[in-house]
Amino acid sequence: MKKDLRTGLIAIVVMTVFLGLAYPLAITGISQVAFPGHANGSKVSIDGRIVGSKLIGQEFTEPKLGKNGKPVLDEEGEEVLVPIKSYFQPRPSATEYSADVTFFGNAAPDSVEAREEVREYMKAYLQLEKPYDKTLTSEGIPVDAVTQSASGVDPEISQANARIQAHRIAAVRKLPLSQVEDLISANTHGRFLGVLGEPGVNVLELNIALDKQAPTK
Amino acid sequence: MPQGWLQIAVFLVVLIALIKPVGIYMARVFTNRRVFLTPVVGPIERLTFKVLRVRPEAEGQDWKAYARSVIVFSLFSWLALYLILRTQAAHPFNPEGFHSGPWDLSFNTASSFVTNTNWQYYGGETTLTYFSQMAGLTVQNFASAGVGIVVVIALIRGITARSGRELGNFWQDLIRTLLYILVPISIIGALFLVSQGVIQNIGGYSMIHTLTGGTQVLAQGPVASQEVIKELGTNGGGFFNVNSAFPFENSSGLTNFFEMLLILVIPASLTYTYGRMVGSQRQGWAIFSAMFTLFIVGVIVVYMAEQHGTVAQHAAGLHTHAFNGSTGGNMEGKDQRFGVAGTSLWAAITTVTSCGAVNGALESLTGLGQAVPFSNLSLSEVVFGGVGTGLYSMLLYVLLAVFIGGLMVGRTPEYLGKKIQAREIKLVSLGVLVTPLAVLLASGLASATRAGTRSIYAGINPQGFSETLYAYLSQANNNGSALAGYTGFIQPNAPGNVGAYGISFADLLGGAVMIGARFLPILFVLGVAGALAEKRVSPAGLGTMRTDNPTFVILLIGVVILVGALTFFPALLLGPVVQSLTTRLF
Repeated sequence: MKKDLRTGLIAIVVMTVFLGLAYPLAITGISQVAFPGHANGSKVSIDGRIVGSKLIGQEFTEPKLGKNGKPVLDEEGEEVLVPIKSYFQPRPSATEYSADVTFFGNAAPDSVEAREEVREYMKAYLQLEKPYDKTLTSEGIPVDAVTQSASGVDPEISQANARIQAHRIAAVRKLPLSQVEDLISANTHGRFLGVLGEPGVNVLELNIALDKQAPTK
Repeated sequence: MPQGWLQIAVFLVVLIALIKPVGIYMARVFTNRRVFLTPVVGPIERLTFKVLRVRPEAEGQDWKAYARSVIVFSLFSWLALYLILRTQAAHPFNPEGFHSGPWDLSFNTASSFVTNTNWQYYGGETTLTYFSQMAGLTVQNFASAGVGIVVVIALIRGITARSGRELGNFWQDLIRTLLYILVPISIIGALFLVSQGVIQNIGGYSMIHTLTGGTQVLAQGPVASQEVIKELGTNGGGFFNVNSAFPFENSSGLTNFFEMLLILVIPASLTYTYGRMVGSQRQGWAIFSAMFTLFIVGVIVVYMAEQHGTVAQHAAGLHTHAFNGSTGGNMEGKDQRFGVAGTSLWAAITTVTSCGAVNGALESLTGLGQAVPFSNLSLSEVVFGGVGTGLYSMLLYVLLAVFIGGLMVGRTPEYLGKKIQAREIKLVSLGVLVTPLAVLLASGLASATRAGTRSIYAGINPQGFSETLYAYLSQANNNGSALAGYTGFIQPNAPGNVGAYGISFADLLGGAVMIGARFLPILFVLGVAGALAEKRVSPAGLGTMRTDNPTFVILLIGVVILVGALTFFPALLLGPVVQSLTTRLF
């Protein structure tokens, strides 16, 4: 027994030092040399200014302005945000695209709240896209556009979702639709080896490419 | 959908291809033979023994000594982790200035990681320092996985022993498991993950100005080094609160595939190791077949259910069919890069094994989809199960099946030449029943008390009951996944989103359940190993029931389902079954 206690104590100290400090710090060191970009979060910059991570989605919204030109506030006194029409919009998020406080939306499969939530997302989606894509009906809404992602920071949307939004982007930015569609293809990540994962369009990268080709201001 | 099935098929083929080489390698490690890593690792191994003052050849342990070492080591592990969590404010690698953990939450977290459960009542990125993640959680990810593996090795030695007492040496087994299996794979796997975008640094969180001029804070940390062992050791506790759904933990379809392989490779290959060590590969394949059958049924059900969409989505008028450029199905709580197939397969894999990692919200699965994680847990994690724990739990069921089969044909039950008698069957029954008992008592207590129902997010309805039952199923089976609404909501007075902060009832009951349901079965398993080790091997006769043919596989599956179903069916009826049978909204 005494021997077990001694061995156990030494073992946990040795393991803490080697597995808890030496191992992760060594991996950190190697990664910082070999894959500095990836190891630090795949950050994306424009003209040397970091604007995000290509793995982490972000919001493309602006404060809603009232008739007096001032931002509209909700009951809690916070500004109501609306999508910026000249940008592709990411998926709904439970966390408002927080990348440092993460949690699931946890909508139950059979709750009234979940039904209402999907309804509202569908209404908002049609309101935003229908004026530009007249053929769009509720039947044609891609599921990813009206459901909350798991991570809350899903960097991607489905190709169908992007193609619907392309009509709006083309109209607002005064671009030919085909040019927007080409940009979508250029920023689509396919399946690995054609098999693994789902194809998705990276919203941040796509919007950056848009700004480059057709600056709004 | 064909693309989804293809992905699943490719995964299964790669997994099955890995079983033999990995299984042989592990068998060589556990029989203390030379492997290709010996020239590099051998000197480190000898040095470690010297530091620990262990002389493995001279110190074979009987089951009691082996069990004592397991308990003593786990006790020290628990104390070390608890102390680290409680004093983390004073440690280095704390760029965000997090406070030390409260006593009740730290009790739960320490119990969670030492038992290989990795239930998350804490929010990683909002409450834990890098030091706690590395020196606390990562260490236990290795250690608890190692303990699970060595216990099954001891049991196998008991089964194969030619009438003796010794089961090997715990310290030697643990060190060899770490040095030859877990650490090398982790080093390579971690670097691979970083190359694919999983982060690995010790800098502070980066505040950035987004494209539209807003701000976003990107959490950082030494993630890859923990992610890899979290999967490989079937641990499952995420660096981030949303676990492997967060792109910094799981960045692409490829990393998702790789992480799923890491989770299953050891539990699946151990069946081959087993066949090798008992001297009959067919015995190993028989167990594998039973596991694989139960696994694949769950995969098919959950994927088809998820592709169908939820009742709430249909009621809202959403069409969940797939069309060009859209996966269709239930994408609530799923990320685009994994899709419906990648999230469904993951959900099945992490609940058959005791790796409670999640890459999507289990709470948002369809009613029938949720039934799969539920049934996987109800089968007591014997379908592949945790590293080591899965096989030793399954071997208890094998002994039970042999016993029942023996009764049916009216012969003394024998397994691999060893008679199964009263003492073994008593221990086996205790080992099989202690986990379900813990689940039912704890979830009953939590459902019936005010302190317990405080944790529920969905309300007093079938989903709320599901949350409670799942929480204790998961903790008792040392799985760690959750219907994350359970205490997962943001609390008004807590620093950050920190789960069960201040819900002492949930912290303490959960912690106690995890410890009890981990270490009691280990004691029973080692007891069985000790009892079997002493028995003489009698040669197989004409009347001996075979344990390596399809008939036995079917019997084994039957016994597993019977015990699981009889124990949990009434409880499952109240939650997932109600939800999948009705289109009513609650």
